[in-house]
Amino acid sequence: MSEPAGILGFMTLAAEGGHGAASSGGPAWFAAVPLLPLAASILCGLTIAFRVKTKLPAVITVAALAVSFGVTVAGFLSWSNAGHATQIADIYEWIGVSWGSDAGQTLSAKFGFYMDGLSWLWMLFVTGLATLIALYASEYMGHDVGKGYGRFFAAFALFVFSMACLVMGDNLILLYLGWEGVGLCSYLLIGYFFQKPSAVAAAKKAFIVNRIGDLGLAVGIFLTFVTFGTVEYGPLFEMVRQGVDAAGRPLSGQWQEWVIPCLLMIGAFGKSAQFPLYVWLPDAMEGPTPVSALIHAATMVTAGVYLIARTMPLFLLDDSHFALTIVAWTGTITALLAATIGMAQFDIKRIMAYSTVSQLGYMFAGLGVLTSVGAAFHVFTHAFFKALLFLACGAVMHGFAGQLDLRRLSGVQKMPGWRIVGLTMLVGCLNLAGFPLITSGYFSKDMILAQAFTTPGEVIAGSRWIGWILLFTAGLTAYYTFRVYFRVFVGPQHFEPGEELHAADHDHHGGHDDHGGHARDAAHGHDGAHDFHPHPPGWAINSVLVILAACSFLAIPTYFMMTEHHGWVGSMVHSSTAFVESPGSHHVEGAHAERLGTFLGMDPHKVMYYVSGLVGFIGIGIAWFLHLSGRTGAATSRADALLPMLGPVPRWAQNKWYVDEFYEAVIRLPLWVLASLFHWFDKLVIDGLVDLCGLLPRWFARAIRPSQSGVLQGYAVGMAGGLAVILVIVLIVMGANV
Amino acid sequence: MNTALSNLCLAATTSGDFAPIGALTLYHFLFVSAAMFAVGVIGFVSRRNLIIMFLCTEMMFQAAGIALIAFSRYHLNHTGEVFVIFVLTIAAAEAALALALVVWTFRRKATLDAAAWSEMAG
Repeated sequence: MSEPAGILGFMTLAAEGGHGAASSGGPAWFAAVPLLPLAASILCGLTIAFRVKTKLPAVITVAALAVSFGVTVAGFLSWSNAGHATQIADIYEWIGVSWGSDAGQTLSAKFGFYMDGLSWLWMLFVTGLATLIALYASEYMGHDVGKGYGRFFAAFALFVFSMACLVMGDNLILLYLGWEGVGLCSYLLIGYFFQKPSAVAAAKKAFIVNRIGDLGLAVGIFLTFVTFGTVEYGPLFEMVRQGVDAAGRPLSGQWQEWVIPCLLMIGAFGKSAQFPLYVWLPDAMEGPTPVSALIHAATMVTAGVYLIARTMPLFLLDDSHFALTIVAWTGTITALLAATIGMAQFDIKRIMAYSTVSQLGYMFAGLGVLTSVGAAFHVFTHAFFKALLFLACGAVMHGFAGQLDLRRLSGVQKMPGWRIVGLTMLVGCLNLAGFPLITSGYFSKDMILAQAFTTPGEVIAGSRWIGWILLFTAGLTAYYTFRVYFRVFVGPQHFEPGEELHAADHDHHGGHDDHGGHARDAAHGHDGAHDFHPHPPGWAINSVLVILAACSFLAIPTYFMMTEHHGWVGSMVHSSTAFVESPGSHHVEGAHAERLGTFLGMDPHKVMYYVSGLVGFIGIGIAWFLHLSGRTGAATSRADALLPMLGPVPRWAQNKWYVDEFYEAVIRLPLWVLASLFHWFDKLVIDGLVDLCGLLPRWFARAIRPSQSGVLQGYAVGMAGGLAVILVIVLIVMGANV
Repeated sequence: MNTALSNLCLAATTSGDFAPIGALTLYHFLFVSAAMFAVGVIGFVSRRNLIIMFLCTEMMFQAAGIALIAFSRYHLNHTGEVFVIFVLTIAAAEAALALALVVWTFRRKATLDAAAWSEMAG
């Protein structure tokens, strides 16, 4: 690949023209991280133009993303060796507008990168996971080679470019560019199967719901500029540190100090699918599974967490922590609500989607109770195990012709060729359930739970209740996670193929004829379709699953590195703007410790290891009792006998607590009525006036039209008569003169 | 003849508005002109044959020409006569055009009736 070298050389030249940054200047080759995916996206677009019928787009994308990941690792190492100081790499002046010489009359946004621990942490897992998932997608999207293949990878690579702009940008405007870019790519990829009305509806829903959040973010950025006179992180956070605005006035007690965080928070709620804006994410599962794994589980939806972590100093300006309290409680409510919905769903991908919403709630709760380290660590571990869970579900969906209903699949792990999928799924489920000691999800969840109990109630209102609710939710999480595993992957073997087998006329998955070759040794369902054989995943899917499972284990030791910062992720967050001194993070003694919360009279950080582990065990145990022990078929389990005892509650949960119907009635219906009223006003009044203006000349013409008789003599008489009239007038006038 | 006419006209100017009976005055020429014009108008309005109607327009032309020459003679300047020469020239060209149109319309409708062309009604 000679291309990266060319880009690097160009960027080095460009950077020499720029002026020095506040912190140590970063090398311009950081720009290769976003620009390589952008180049891949353009090349994939060209493969569409040239009607390439091979897997070339996947090769381009995987190669570019792998190099991009390599550059990220190199950049991270050089940043580490430079002593973890923030590096700012200016590439070129992107926006520069000045309308006066005073402070706050110059809007400057460079295309530059603000590289601190938070940016590197995010970029490492974004580019790394994107590479792996692109490799997975090269096999998963195999049916669409020559059809949507190039389009898929063009949008996929464009997503990585946008995400890199979002994370690496050194100002809020570049962040906003990336923010909208990932939203666009999400829209394009959810609507990938655009022949399917439900996919189109889901894509529109995601885009429109995100608009609400993005409005908050946009207004928040405007207000930040109006208040501080800059959108660049360096000067902005320096002003925030001093607690002054652009004119040097102290901000303490001003309305901006809580309004700005609240607006930014609304943006984060939209992108990260928090209550009340979470409704788009479960529907987004209409997209191909690699998209669900990368965009709607591991990376894009954590952009909201990134935004709040990045602008944490703005959130901490307000001593009453008004915005952070809302963040904590919103995250908690979202975690609980999504977990209860996830318990009652039957579509395994939907369950994973609600689980993602729920886990994002944990991250927001973590940010809210002042453990940005815990939130970032949970983002980090969740990225691996949730991508793993989605990809394993996707492998099942791929192999069983789109079947996702856990009542129609059972014992998949024991079928020939499915062992790796089943085992890696087990690893993912253990992580999500927070199985003690051997899973990274256990450690990251604990950090948030323990901090919720530690942070005093006078700092974040009701922090103890947040802790209890999250602990309860952890039990629910363990239950619904293992409900999927016990139903689909173990137990008696049974399968029914999905709808895509019957829908051969569907363009997008029409290539099932070639399955016979794969399915030579495939298991036969007891009463499955007559000629259907599930086809187990090939090397690309299996290797990606194994690597992700290994990564989710490798995330455990990072917790025990650099213990003074609470792990490697903690050290990364420590050298970034996200750092916040969590209450009780350095085990204080004496009177100060009295103010900190305790858990059953003990230090929450110590006791939580046991308590949350126990809660996880209970959840798994209940799932085992209800969904595995004594189960003889796929469709029913012991849980079905117990459900009637709960009355209508399970049905309500299955119907997602009717939140969509509530929005339909409270927001969409009034808007629809209003739109209809305006439509009829437009049609009757506005159009009526216009039509009236058109009719007036016609009526006038109708009155004088008979004069144009078409008879030649008639015109002659008219002329002669006119002449006679003129003569008579002349005579009268002359007669009067005489 | 020419001298006599001019003398008569002179007499008319000098002896007041009304010339003696039997003498040719300006009013005789204007009367002929007006009569010809009226005949032309009536012919144009009353007949439907395109050629007749065209001839009627020619008659109205010549009526105007007579009036112009009479005034020219009366005022003893040649402007009116020169103007009539121009009118005659242009009328000749116009007659050629008009007759061509008549031929063309006849070929289209196989009739010379002007009423055949009344579909241009508003």
